[in-house]
Amino acid sequence: MTTSTYAVTAVGPDAPGEVAVLAEALAALGANLEDASMTRLRGHFAMTLVARAPVGLDVVRDALATVASGTGLHVSVWDVSADAPPLAAGRPWRVTLHGADRPGLVAGLTRALAEAGANITDLSCRLVGDLYVMTLEVEAESELVLDGVATALGVSVHVEPADTDVL
Amino acid sequence: MDLVVRRAPDPVLSTPCPVADPTDPAVLALADDLVALMRDSPGCVGIAAPQVGQAVSLFVLDVTGARRVASCAGLVVLCNPVVESVEGREVRREGCLSVPDLTGDVPRATAIVVRGQVPGTGQERWVEADAFEARALQHEIDHLQGLLFLDRVAGAHALFARKRYL
Repeated sequence: MTTSTYAVTAVGPDAPGEVAVLAEALAALGANLEDASMTRLRGHFAMTLVARAPVGLDVVRDALATVASGTGLHVSVWDVSADAPPLAAGRPWRVTLHGADRPGLVAGLTRALAEAGANITDLSCRLVGDLYVMTLEVEAESELVLDGVATALGVSVHVEPADTDVL
Repeated sequence: MDLVVRRAPDPVLSTPCPVADPTDPAVLALADDLVALMRDSPGCVGIAAPQVGQAVSLFVLDVTGARRVASCAGLVVLCNPVVESVEGREVRREGCLSVPDLTGDVPRATAIVVRGQVPGTGQERWVEADAFEARALQHEIDHLQGLLFLDRVAGAHALFARKRYL
């Protein structure tokens, strides 16, 4: 049986059972939920996942729309089967930024990373009071140097290798 | 013996090992095989018996020459290890031959005292370790208890796709 790969995002009020509703609907379609990242963002629950399913896009969309109605979840589904394969892995780095909140911090740091040839693999941001904190995992082929970006943005930026102890 | 490294989700990696008889010649032979496998595997500093499919409370370890080493007891081969004391806590990223496609940030004690028995003689041996060696000991002892670093990761977002051995 042929399967397609679907990307699903869902955002909604944070309430018990919302993941279960979505996961049960996918399981009922015979879909295998492969990678997922879900978290609470300022009181909203955000789910992003990639699933393989032996059914068509419309079937997945209809099934999720049906279970989402009445939960307050906003659900989107795309067929990503034809997307390009992942980039070759580079050396992993952990990047952190913290400082006084202002618009443009994410734009400034991520542009600097892009110009350094670094590929973001994981990112999270938190605003608490006036403090803005970003933590990122990136891959870069060589040394990752972000000179000047901290000064330009008026924040602290720290880069360290995310090397692994192989045991 | 031709040993094959078992990978998760092989159930042998999630099964606690019964107490081993350190004077059993089979245990001594397995220990020798594990040391040989460790020496033959680039970057490998330790292997526990369950990683080759043997539910035997036995591991081998040698951090000589590894990065970040402070204490270094040389070759450590122990049956039935018992953690006598631990101190400190540090989160670092770990990988494992048996979980080759993932790494995770794992909190571990920074210093540890371990007691166990030497295969062959059954003699008691104590190992005091810190830094990398302490982490490696805890990782291997976990294997004997049916635990992988996956069971210890620091949170829901502390698991990562493995890039490559560096």
